[in-house]
Amino acid sequence: MAVSNEPRLTVQHLSTSFPTDGGLVHAVADVSFSIEPGKTTALVGESGSGKSVTSLTLMRLLAKTANARVSGIARFGTREGRSVDLLQLDEQAMRALRGNQLAMIFQEPMTCLNPVLTVGEQIAESVRLHKGLNRGAALAHATRMLDLVEIPAANRRVHEYPHQLSGGMRQRVMIAIAMACDPTLLIADEPTTALDVTIQAQILELMRKLQARTGMSILFITHNLGVVAHHADDVVVMYAGRVVESAPVRALFAAPAHPYTQGLLACLPGKARSPGTPRPARLFVIRGQVASPLAPPPGCAFEPRCDQAIAACRATMPELLSTGAGREARCIRAVAALPELA
Amino acid sequence: MNEPLIEVRGLKKFFGSNDRPVRAVDDVSFAIARGETLGLVGESGSGKSTIGRTVLRLVEPTAGQVFYRGGDIGALASEPLRKLRSKLQIIFQDPYASLNPKMRIGAILCEALATHHLHPGKGAREKRVAELLELVGLRAEHASRFPHEFSGGQRQRIGVARALAVEPEFIVADEPLSALDVSIQSQVINLLAELRERLSLTMLFISHDLDVVEYLCDRVVVLYLGKVMEVATTGALFEKALHPYTRALLAASPKADPNQPSVHVALKGDIPSPIAPPSGCVFRTRCPHAIDACAEHVPTLEEVEPGRWAACIRKEIVLMKAAA
Repeated sequence: MAVSNEPRLTVQHLSTSFPTDGGLVHAVADVSFSIEPGKTTALVGESGSGKSVTSLTLMRLLAKTANARVSGIARFGTREGRSVDLLQLDEQAMRALRGNQLAMIFQEPMTCLNPVLTVGEQIAESVRLHKGLNRGAALAHATRMLDLVEIPAANRRVHEYPHQLSGGMRQRVMIAIAMACDPTLLIADEPTTALDVTIQAQILELMRKLQARTGMSILFITHNLGVVAHHADDVVVMYAGRVVESAPVRALFAAPAHPYTQGLLACLPGKARSPGTPRPARLFVIRGQVASPLAPPPGCAFEPRCDQAIAACRATMPELLSTGAGREARCIRAVAALPELA
Repeated sequence: MNEPLIEVRGLKKFFGSNDRPVRAVDDVSFAIARGETLGLVGESGSGKSTIGRTVLRLVEPTAGQVFYRGGDIGALASEPLRKLRSKLQIIFQDPYASLNPKMRIGAILCEALATHHLHPGKGAREKRVAELLELVGLRAEHASRFPHEFSGGQRQRIGVARALAVEPEFIVADEPLSALDVSIQSQVINLLAELRERLSLTMLFISHDLDVVEYLCDRVVVLYLGKVMEVATTGALFEKALHPYTRALLAASPKADPNQPSVHVALKGDIPSPIAPPSGCVFRTRCPHAIDACAEHVPTLEEVEPGRWAACIRKEIVLMKAAA
């Protein structure tokens, strides 16, 4: 296998839009980021920010009937050392990668598992398809996978149906399915949102262990900034379909550059009080709400809600510009505030 | 503490068959002082929503009493109970499911007024609706719109306006924030905090989000599998939790700060089934400090420090670790 320092996935200028009766909706616009081998990049944003559409576009899982218009490049380094553009591959080549080198887990484990198949059959499906194992060998592999995701009594559980498992166990099964072919890139779309905190902690630890063991990269999609702080290496913040800021995790939390990121962190009730001080009477608020995707503001998408906006913000959509080592922000104010940039 | 506005004594709610019931709430007692906000925290299946609904007698309890101003709500006949309902209101979790999609906002709010014969007359009702919408940060002209024309945060504001329409004293807020985005959450938290002060409301705030509870509540009741594990003032609880379950719950919640120590998996396994809860202490199957004796006795809620209650027989764990 070719060892390289290339990122495992490099996304450049990814755009996805959907024609609707009300006009073209730019769900994802000009999104660029990359993920290093063995690292986790978190895609953060609120509902409608385009994070799930980004992941579905990369996996080529958008419904045909949605008539999505996709442009951009998504360069993926395969296990064989080749570099392919996920958006240009023909369907057959994509099917050979998906579920094999590229895997995905979703938010709601109950609706993603087939209720009429045993969990063993569902895990075995991908190894039979991609690795050509026979039924018996695939089922044995499924049992090993259940062991790997720390489901007790795997021998028995492999013959059970999803409804016989708790929410946390079902998410473990989802992970077992995703891990069955030893993927190099795992896309996790809100994998712990439907779970209780004590179960969330278990699942996150499991994902971390599996990553350490296999060296896979993870694209972690979430709105939970607490999870991001502890489980991501790099963070990409999205707002209204665009990347507004990207940075290494510590740098981002220490000094968010974009007013939206600043606001998101400031409005968390857990951040409201610094140790030893009484809680403030009111929380910080990002006023208003996200503009309709059918009528985006003329300039910066965040301008109508931004406390730091000036007239120039309304004129044009700002570019994503460097604000420091490995950092970018889409804000003319943030860039202007940098001291040494000429 | 002044006289409690709401007092719950020995509340039980079992669902299903008599021989193997789901023990959703099993012997829960607490009191809420006038003007206080009491937080009810716990994971799914801990019985928090069932308690909220039983307190308002939206579901009938299997056993136990709920007192409002010293009077037993359970003993009321339907007509006096109906009258009382204007004093006791609820805000639901899902703002998409709790507003009738076929009714305009004005009609939704007027329905509450009409039920309790408040502000009679068309003009007076319209004026009150406008007042309510402005109270929750919406505009009077929104009264003629339908629920689908609003965002999630705005719908939750309408839910709040509906609860406030009848001038209640006590509000059960059942996970009012969990369907909302972070930036919208803080707007609604501020709204609740402001209205609570302006209208001197008493509140039972049900949530699984510990950060929100820490911010909004005066005291906290921690539930696990239908039983109370710990009761404490918010400051004391978040400073040092005493019960092993509370500690595990706090340890599992990631803080939005990469410099904080990473969360660790304090609890193995899943919550047991409420149909067949473990004998003795219901938490013992996941408790890192469980001993044989935990299986034998149901621990009673005892005052371990002034104003702090915990249900755990391992006093040395509860108190020693607390001192450390």
